[in-house]
Parts: sequence; structure tokens; C-alpha cells
Amino acid sequence: MAQLEIRNVTRRFGDFVAVDNVSLSIEAGEFFTLLGPSGCGKTTILRMIAGFDLPDAGQILLDGKDLADTPAEKRPVHTVFQSYALFPHMTVAQNIAFPLRMARRPAAEIAGMTRQILEQVHLTDKADAYPHELSGGQKQRVALARGLVNRPRLLLLDEPLGALDAKLREEMQIDLINLQRDVGITFVFVTHAQVEALALSHRIAVMDQGRVAQVDEPARLYGYPKTRFVADFIGHINQLEAQVVESTHGHLRLAVAGLGEIIAPPLKDAAVGTKGVFAIRPEQVRIGVHGELDELKNHFAGVVHNLLYRGEVSIYQVELANGAVVEALLPNSAPGKAELFMACDEVKLGWRHDAGMFLRD
Amino acid sequence: MPGCSCVTEPARKLVTAARLTKWVVSGPPFLFLLLFFVIPGIIMVLASFRYPGEFGGLAPLTAADPATLQGVTLETYRFFFSDPIYGQVFVKSIFMALATTLICLTMAYPLALLIARSPKKSRDLMVLLVILPFASNFLIRVYAWMIVLGPQSALSRLVNGLLHGLGMEPVHLLFSPFAVLVAMVYVHLPFMVLPLYTNLEKHDPSLLDAAQDLGASAWQRFWRVTFPLSLPGIFSGSALVFIPVLGMFAVPDILGGTGDMLIGNLIKEQFLGTRDWPFGSTLSIMLTIAVLLIAWLAARLAGRRGSYG
Repeated sequence: MAQLEIRNVTRRFGDFVAVDNVSLSIEAGEFFTLLGPSGCGKTTILRMIAGFDLPDAGQILLDGKDLADTPAEKRPVHTVFQSYALFPHMTVAQNIAFPLRMARRPAAEIAGMTRQILEQVHLTDKADAYPHELSGGQKQRVALARGLVNRPRLLLLDEPLGALDAKLREEMQIDLINLQRDVGITFVFVTHAQVEALALSHRIAVMDQGRVAQVDEPARLYGYPKTRFVADFIGHINQLEAQVVESTHGHLRLAVAGLGEIIAPPLKDAAVGTKGVFAIRPEQVRIGVHGELDELKNHFAGVVHNLLYRGEVSIYQVELANGAVVEALLPNSAPGKAELFMACDEVKLGWRHDAGMFLRD
Repeated sequence: MPGCSCVTEPARKLVTAARLTKWVVSGPPFLFLLLFFVIPGIIMVLASFRYPGEFGGLAPLTAADPATLQGVTLETYRFFFSDPIYGQVFVKSIFMALATTLICLTMAYPLALLIARSPKKSRDLMVLLVILPFASNFLIRVYAWMIVLGPQSALSRLVNGLLHGLGMEPVHLLFSPFAVLVAMVYVHLPFMVLPLYTNLEKHDPSLLDAAQDLGASAWQRFWRVTFPLSLPGIFSGSALVFIPVLGMFAVPDILGGTGDMLIGNLIKEQFLGTRDWPFGSTLSIMLTIAVLLIAWLAARLAGRRGSYG
């Protein structure tokens, strides 16, 4: 039995269906992420787990017990809010002790637990500071400590890194992973930042318009997206409109208008004539000069359109014969030399026959 | 050497213009306060050390016969402390002001909270309703209470009917400390509602969500989050009620009995009745000192609760 079971939950606001028949099961100790664009229903699910909102249909079970009749303050579920929501009139220590006092724990125990969690988030020297005296990252850690100190069954995190700058966000990601491993509490994390979701989660549920599009481990989600939405939302992906012309156990043969044929990995039940897209990640596309890459099953001529220098990598946008633009990504591992190809260079693009995937419309 | 100065010529012009703007904008209110508050205040302090004039006002500073010249004296202060009646009036007035403030607070808080938590659209209308009484004259509103509390009013009949049923003596609602208190609360209630509302309206609603999420019941959410965060509103509202009530003379004049003199009436009496300006000034100064003392005490109490952003 999973620790948190969401069964066929639906939530409507007037005519708008925010959450549409969603079912999820989250295991104890898991770092589970709800990922999706704004308005996809992820925050509504979080609010229903916390108890701030109730489903119109379906059930939410925690450790096998239906939460419908348990008010928010009685649920063993704590939340880290996007705005942190630290109490401005309380010190850091008082903020952290708040859930312990609400649970009527003895004073000595409160002091001990507060001290311990302060050490864990490296804020011992800020115990007597007020929230307005803290930096964004410190506030974030106080909010985390306050959510964890009374050892809830679940910790819900509502875009907690959204307000931090990029560098700090990366540091906090590592802190979060370590903290979650140390405390062993189940985290349910809500974000629209796919990089964050991939870096942090054990499993991710990608949401689109109130429905779950795919639930998978980060590497599988990135490598084997099941729908065009997931492929597009997670990372960058090249897409070429294609149609199946041959389907065998070993491979798919696809026709791309104006370009030719592509050999792609096999797909079950992909009948001849099925329309869709051939999708391939930029890092799987190789780029070379004329005469190179001929050993690959799939290779096409093109012209460099644009060059995006990103520091660690360069992205080459190459226009193919049919006008489609395909991105190829090259790591800049050799120092200094970053521009292997210039705009307007005639190049060759190629990829292995087992790279990329066919996604039905 | 030319061109060496840190501030270039155009920049200096900007600085001068900014300074000029500051004076032009803040000058008139500054002058107003100086002319009508600071200077009269100084005159009042000086007057308190003088003798009253024969026909009111102050005794002249020159006299044909130097033996009859009445100069500077501490007489009024000696007089104030020699008769306990003045202290008693002060204590009674402070109690009246405290009671008014407390009643206003308990009535205004739920109202302010209701307005602050209403949908944004209806808030403005409700605030308008709170300040609507100011549209009619203050004295008319106080006189209206004479009718409401008068011996033949429905309210008086109801109260005395109930008392009669309980076998008790009938009471006079009008011309009593009760009537004064009721009208004081009535007149000053908006001054408590508005600062409280302004404070409560600014509270971040996610703090209440967080408190509930962390296990606080509705009652705990109020006492541990809303109430402590509203203390600045409570203090400013209390000051806006307490201080004017302490000096109020019109309400006790109209609705109070003959035995319900407050400081305000006492001071007014010195200037308009007995024409003893120096003693009136002394009473005013003592009132100011009392208010400052109470404000200082309140600030200290507030400070002990810890300060925050």
C-alpha cells in the first residue's frame, strides 16, 4: 500500500476543471514531483492534500485512511509555501517551534527538537533573528525546518525555490536532496521548472490541463516521453512531422515530407500510415562536414542557421532540405574553441538508428 | 584647477533644485505647526506661571506701583496639588477614557476583521459606512443621544420596565456617567475601526494558511498570528480614541449630570467660567503630561513584546 493514494480526484471551479480524474500513488520516503505549466492543476492537488481545498469527486488516502473529514490543522502533512509564510513577529526559533507548540509537546522536548533541526539546516546562529533580517536562502531553510521539525508524514513543497536566484537555487537543490535523504520524510514537490524536477525527484508526474500525462523516473521521462506534450515540456527536443511506412520488431521506417526516410526505434502497434512526429534530443544529433557521418543510418545535409553559445555547450540550429530546423548540441570540451561551424556553413546532420522516437499524434 | 570638483555644474544645480523643492513642499505645513501649535504651547506654559488678570486674561506685567506688580509665580501648581479634587477629576477622566478605549476596541476589532476579510469590492463600501457618521454634525449626533436616552424614550421605558419587573428602582439613563460613556464610544468608534482595518487588511493571508497547516486551530490562529500582528493597529487606534476622550468637554457638558465633570470641562471652566487663565493653562499642562506618561507606558509595554519589521 502506497503512503499517499490519490484516487480519481476531480476538482472544478465553475466550468473550469482544474483537476480531472487524477490518480497517483506516492510511496513512503519518496521525493515525488508534480510538474507542469501554470494552471495545470498541480497546486490544486497540493492544496487538497494539505486540506485547504476538497475534491469534488474521488478520494485522498494517507496510510490507507481517507482524509476527507480531517481538517488541515489535524493532518500530519506540513507545507513549505512559495512565499515561505514565516511569522514576522516571531524569531527563527519561535517560528520553528510553532508546530511543536501546536502539538502541545513538552517545553524541554521543543527546545531540543528546535536546536537539532536548526543544526541540520545550518541556522544555529540565526535562532534569535527575525525573518526580515534573513536572506532569501535563509528564509527558505527556516520554512523547511519549520515544516519538518514535527516530523510530518508528508512534506508538501509549493515551488519553494521559485523566489531564489539561479545560483542559490542550484545550491538549495543539493541541500534539499541531502535533507530529504537524512530525514526520510516523503516530499511532494510542486514546480513548473523541469530542470529542478529532473534534478531532485525520484519520480515525476507531468501534468497537463488537469490530467496526469506521464508518471516516471526522471531519466525515463526524459528518454522515453510518451506524448508530444511531455517530450516538449521536458528539456529540448527536435520534432519532424512523419508518417510510418514500415513497422517491424527491429525498427520503424518513417517518411518525412521533403526530406526522405528515417530509421527509428520500434514502437508497438504503430501501423503503417500512422501520422505523428519523429522526436530526437539535440544531444543525440551529431554534426559534421560533408563526407562525414555517412556510416550512420540517418544522415541529412543542411545549412547552419544560427549558433547559440551557452558556455559549456554550443547549440547549432541547422535548416534541412524541407525547411525544418533541427538543433544539434556539442559540448565545448576543448578550451577556447567553441565555434566549430559558422552560420551559412553547409554541414551534415546524423543520428543512430536507435536514437529518437516516434510519437503518435 | 577647473573641472576638478567632484560635483559638476549641472549636477550642483540639480542638488540645489532638490533642496529647494524640499523646502517649498514641507515649508508651509512646518510653518503652520510652528504658528498654531508650538507658539501657543509656549504661551500656555508661560501663562501657567502668571497671575490671573482682574477681569480675566493675565495680570499686566507692568504696574504704576511696583508693590502691586504680580510677576512670576508657582501659585497655580501649588493650588493644583493642594486640593485632591483635581487629582480625582484626573483619575475619573482617565478611567472614562480607558473604558471608552476598551469598549471601542472590543466593538471595532470584529468589525475591522470582518471588513478586512470581505471581498475587495465590498470593503470600500463598508469603510464608507464606517465614516458616514462624520457627514453629520458632531453636536447634532450628541444631542440625538438626549432623545434616545431621555426619560420618555423607548429605551428608558424598556430598561425601567425590566427593572420594575425585577423589583428594582427605576434609573435615569440621561445625565449620567453611563450616557457620557455611550456617546463617547459612539463618537470615537470610527477612529478605532479605521487604523485597525488598515492594519488587518495588510496581513498576508498565507500566514493563516501556514498556521493552520502547522496545526493551529481557528482560535490559536487568531491569538498567535492575527492578534500580535495587529498590535500596531491597536495602539494607534487606542491613541486616537484615548487622547481626545481625555480632553473632551462637549459630551459631558451635554449628556453628563451636574456631578460628571471631567478634565475637559474643568479646563473649559477656567477659561470661560472663572476666567482664571493661569490655572487653566496649568491644568492643560498636567493633562499633556498625563497623556505623555500613559503613551510612554504603553510604548514600553509594546516594546517588551519584541519589535519586528
